[in-house]
Amino acid sequence: MQFTTTKMAYIAGTTAALPFVIVVIPFAMLFGVVATEAGLPLTQVMAFSALVVAGASQFTALQFMSENAPVAVVLASALAVNLRMAMYSASLTPHLGKAPGWQRVLAAYFTVDQSYLLSHTEFERAPETSTPHKVAYFFGTVTPIVPLWYVFTYIGAVIGDAIPAEYGLDFIVPITFLAMIVPALRTLAHLAAALTSIILALLLVAVPFNLGLLIAAIAAMMVGAEIERRMS
Amino acid sequence: MNYTTTEIWLIIAALGVGTFLIRFSFLGLVGDRPIPEWLLRHLRYTPAAILPGLVAPLVLWPDATGGVPDASRLTAALATVAVAYFSKGTVRAIAAGAVTLYGMQYLLG
Repeated sequence: MQFTTTKMAYIAGTTAALPFVIVVIPFAMLFGVVATEAGLPLTQVMAFSALVVAGASQFTALQFMSENAPVAVVLASALAVNLRMAMYSASLTPHLGKAPGWQRVLAAYFTVDQSYLLSHTEFERAPETSTPHKVAYFFGTVTPIVPLWYVFTYIGAVIGDAIPAEYGLDFIVPITFLAMIVPALRTLAHLAAALTSIILALLLVAVPFNLGLLIAAIAAMMVGAEIERRMS
Repeated sequence: MNYTTTEIWLIIAALGVGTFLIRFSFLGLVGDRPIPEWLLRHLRYTPAAILPGLVAPLVLWPDATGGVPDASRLTAALATVAVAYFSKGTVRAIAAGAVTLYGMQYLLG
């Protein structure tokens, strides 16, 4: 589909992101519940979700805080979880780099796994789309996701009770990530990159600060790029 | 938790600023400067290179089971991948994964 208006691109992004509402709601509530149970007052719980907007690293910070780790260790561990977003930033740059500075600032703030992955997949599918339409699509994907992140953090903090593990809600996150990434594995190069990523991430799982994943990702990007170069 | 209120605010603020700077890094500093073709070629594989490695340990060693591999979660992951691969439909794949997960949990008690 080619977008003829920014509104159309925005709506396409919103529509693509709608299914991920089912991940954001339980995940955000869980953060609200766990943070409150750890002893944080409501303002700090909300500040976490509003300023950091990155579930996995928020949970990491909480976990180290509940172990009374030194502040520097809390920060290093939680920021390491977010280092993958530097790669997101780099791979969005060919598409959004021409946008005005204030739009890039907002796009950076709103770069979460879902908005990134949906947008990158769409931009690769139709690379010729204009920058304003790409920006509109990106903010479309943000719209059903991030506001709910704030709202359900609040609801979790105020009324929440932890959702028992036997409901398997923890597994919604891996399922949605798989459902997002697998259709984007369009070529042999993509499949080889994915396989490299899995094998190395599993082998390097014990590397501290989540750095095993970054090593696996860089190696996997090299594998994908090399296969593409040889086959073209 | 034994932190002072100031320390907690420091953690939240530093994490917020640090995370923003990570997200802004390339988008902000490189902007519309040209990117060499070899680097673009690598960046095209970013999602395929990160997401599978991010998910694999969660599938094999879920936190919810204390890191013990779990039949219903493994089957659900396989069903999601199969449906996503053959139908290319994200929503269908999520539904397949969820139905498999709860179906297996029901069958296995």
